[in-house]
Amino acid sequence: MPVTTSSERGPDLHTPLSGVPLTHGQLPRYAAQFTLLAAIAAGIALTLAGWNPAASAIIAGAGYVVVIYAWSRTVEGPRKARDRLVTAVVTGAFLLALLPLVSVIVTVVGNGIARFDVEFFTYSMRGVVGEGGGAYHAIMGTLVVTGLAALISVPIGILTAIYLVEYGRGRLAKAITFFVDVMTGIPSIVAGLFAYALFALVFGPGVRMGIMGAIALSVLMIPVVVRSAEEMLKLVPNELREAAYALAVPKWRTIVKVVLPTALAGIATGVTLAIARVIGETAPLLITLGITSSVNLNPVDGRMATLPVYAYYQYVTPGVPPEPALERAWTAALTLIIIVMALNLIARLISRLFAPKTRG
Amino acid sequence: MRKGSTVLPSTERTRSRRAPQRPGDRVFSGLSTGAGVLILVVLAGVAAFLVAEAWPALIAPADEVPGPDGIVLYIWPLLFGTLLAAFLALLIAAPLAVAIALFITHYAPRRIAQALGYIIDLLAAIPSIIYGLWGIQVLAPLTVEPAGWLEENLGFIPLFAGPASTTGRTMLVAALVLAVMILPIVSAVVREAFRQTPRLHEEASLALGATRWEMIRMAVLPFGRSSIIGASMLGLGRALGETMAVAIVLSVSGGVTFNLISSGNPGTIAANIALEFPESTGIAVNTLIASGLVLFAVTLLVNMAARAVINRRREFSGAN
Repeated sequence: MPVTTSSERGPDLHTPLSGVPLTHGQLPRYAAQFTLLAAIAAGIALTLAGWNPAASAIIAGAGYVVVIYAWSRTVEGPRKARDRLVTAVVTGAFLLALLPLVSVIVTVVGNGIARFDVEFFTYSMRGVVGEGGGAYHAIMGTLVVTGLAALISVPIGILTAIYLVEYGRGRLAKAITFFVDVMTGIPSIVAGLFAYALFALVFGPGVRMGIMGAIALSVLMIPVVVRSAEEMLKLVPNELREAAYALAVPKWRTIVKVVLPTALAGIATGVTLAIARVIGETAPLLITLGITSSVNLNPVDGRMATLPVYAYYQYVTPGVPPEPALERAWTAALTLIIIVMALNLIARLISRLFAPKTRG
Repeated sequence: MRKGSTVLPSTERTRSRRAPQRPGDRVFSGLSTGAGVLILVVLAGVAAFLVAEAWPALIAPADEVPGPDGIVLYIWPLLFGTLLAAFLALLIAAPLAVAIALFITHYAPRRIAQALGYIIDLLAAIPSIIYGLWGIQVLAPLTVEPAGWLEENLGFIPLFAGPASTTGRTMLVAALVLAVMILPIVSAVVREAFRQTPRLHEEASLALGATRWEMIRMAVLPFGRSSIIGASMLGLGRALGETMAVAIVLSVSGGVTFNLISSGNPGTIAANIALEFPESTGIAVNTLIASGLVLFAVTLLVNMAARAVINRRREFSGAN
């Protein structure tokens, strides 16, 4: 082998520089994947050998982390090894967070599917003891109360967002922004107590009405609407406003005819998500509406049933025998989860199909 | 040019005047300002009406309010339970939330990162009543065996003193359910901050030969630190006010104890209101509203502090 100088063959990376090597080893390209496969195989083997599946999953996961760290540390050195360790831990944390989501959905569908029938959606609980009965009254109640809450919150929320983006200057705007943020953190039960306290002062103690629930839900819904509408209005390019002003269009017409239509899809998405957030609220409705077994669609006349409260009472006071009521509770939960997921999906679809027209 | 001399005075005049205010403008700006002010009024109203309805319980003699020794000793164990459950939940959720945010912003493949974010957000969409049902049906039985093990082997720590509950309706399970519930909100705020890490900082540290973890430790985490604090406090606020899940899961005896795995737990304010309110009348209702007022004050303070921390970072983020 002829002796060549390093300038002809590129820099010499193999001679240590005062004892420190310039290169170090690397794991094979698919080392992580193979180790993972081995860990999964070991986990399956443990399960087949009669171990608890959860325990074997934990052992397999920990085994993967230990093996990849030790292997990488011997071959690649401590820095790279720690990098691989963190990658494994972070990915593991994400998968761990998915577990409850999957478990909740599997549990609710598994327990709720038994009574997911026509009777459940067409019958109320009037005069029902034991088997049968449904949640028609509760579903209608939920629609009425949530609809009223949306009717109150959407105009207030959007107008506030318009104020913050188009008009708001100075300390009032700052205060509103800050307190809207703070308002998103009000516990739902406190919103319920507020509605109760408000009406108890007027109608006396022990009052229960649909409109009280709607007001409690509005307190929770308004800040969500304001936040999302504000974000969307801020996305509207200023050139559009300036073009309208240049044509001598008054400010309010600019807002109504130019700004709002441009941001409409985003605002609709935000409103849908806000509805999805409050439709499953239980606590404020529990203390403002109570529960009833008959259909009541009048929001200013006494107790109303709603789906979350219905699920709660069916579960905690099932009666004898308990099975039919527990099944109704799970089916109500399933219905609720379907409604919420559908609303989320609709919101995503709206924002995808009618994306903000920021260009052209 | 031709009309210059005649137009000039009028433009001078319009320039000195502000843009013309049409009636429509006045109505519209009045409406939107009114809506904004209304929100402030509502928030003040929440406090005012709660105080008004809580007042009879606050001035009532100690033997009329429920509980053995007056309103303070009635609310204190509940407040203790609320804080214990919430802090425990935060202790579990915060590291997980940061890891999830890191995974979505820096580890997951770009194309599916957004979809993964949606999936985590779905956790937030599930109503709390369903978490409660899930907690008592699935999670509680799962913890019975490990809780027994904890009592046997770590029983010398007061947290695991036992006797271990046989139903699993313990403070530990309540905190776990709360942790799952606050995970999405915390990770969403942290994710937003991580995503705004200056690209140049990240690239500079990678160019200096840092591994991905070293880059995250040196560029991403310092940038997101105050967001992590703020988001954790937001999550704490959520956990403090969470009602139904705790009401369903927790088995309450009323004492003040740090024991996490027994069946005798302090209740929480929110869950106690939900459980007691439907059957209460008279002064008992006022007492519950007074406890709600305490909860409102605590969450308000936590949320205001959280927002202040997050907003401060927002002001600096442009310059960094």
